[in-house]
Amino acid sequence: MPVTVKIPTPLRKFTAGAESVPGEGANVGEVLADLESRHSGLQERLCDEQGKVRRFVNLYVNGEDIRFLQQLDTPLKDGDDLAIVPAIAGGRD
Amino acid sequence: MPKTCAIVGIGGLGAPAAALLGSFGDCNLRLLDDDCVDLSNLPRQPLFGEMDIGQRKAGVAARHIQDRLPGLSVEFREERLSTANAANLLAGADVVIDGTDNLGSKRFLNQWCCADRTPLIHAGASGWDGQLTTILPGQSACLACLFGDLSDEIGGAETPNCEQDGILGPVVGAIGLAAAREAIALMRGESPALAGRLAILDGRTQRWRSLNTRRRPECPACGKLA
Repeated sequence: MPVTVKIPTPLRKFTAGAESVPGEGANVGEVLADLESRHSGLQERLCDEQGKVRRFVNLYVNGEDIRFLQQLDTPLKDGDDLAIVPAIAGGRD
Repeated sequence: MPKTCAIVGIGGLGAPAAALLGSFGDCNLRLLDDDCVDLSNLPRQPLFGEMDIGQRKAGVAARHIQDRLPGLSVEFREERLSTANAANLLAGADVVIDGTDNLGSKRFLNQWCCADRTPLIHAGASGWDGQLTTILPGQSACLACLFGDLSDEIGGAETPNCEQDGILGPVVGAIGLAAAREAIALMRGESPALAGRLAILDGRTQRWRSLNTRRRPECPACGKLA
């Protein structure tokens, strides 16, 4: 079973509406590249021109922020859960 | 002595939170918003009705809550929070609920509450998604620990927001009520469930998830707090 990547609602337009998609790769960076190969445009929303995860997006592996693990080198194994969590601006109106 | 809960933004998040805290009763409420009730608000903000359209939200909300509970202490300020008035508007608040709808306000509230060491319940909702966390300055991760400086120039146009994604009443309402629940815990002197956790609601699937959060030592807002 590959990695399960949880997609927030605003990014589901890149995944044909899917709330989660499979990802292949030995670490977070590889899984993101794998996602981009099948869901074009997704990586640009997550990473900047230098390939770093945008500051207002958090990635969690099995509930832990990768910034406290090994960043994009955080290892993944089959069955792991990778959640994409952006900051949300709205709520008043 | 009752604690004081300040709610900044009396809209989709803040209005249900205010209504619930009004029912809770054992607190002083302070409602802050400079906006007026609009017809488009009504599907998501059940505290308001057609007769309130055009009137300032904070005052209307305060009046409706006090009509139901005349003995409750409810203040309101029809002002937008800024560096010039924050100390005055938030003075004495034991807990603050972030019901704002833009990154600039959320960033400012986070900075102010961290500097003042006032617990802040950060909440946000857009489209089908909502999230919240309770920030205990110096103890649990703050908004800047989680999402950086939230500069509008870098991320503002790309983060989920109501203008782009719309907003669903039950989603924003659920987040607002969850925020009120956290505020009640704090005012009762209990440990809030969401300090050190980010709760996320997927309104389409009705699933809640919880993610662990951690303070960043280099955080510009709270890194120096012991």
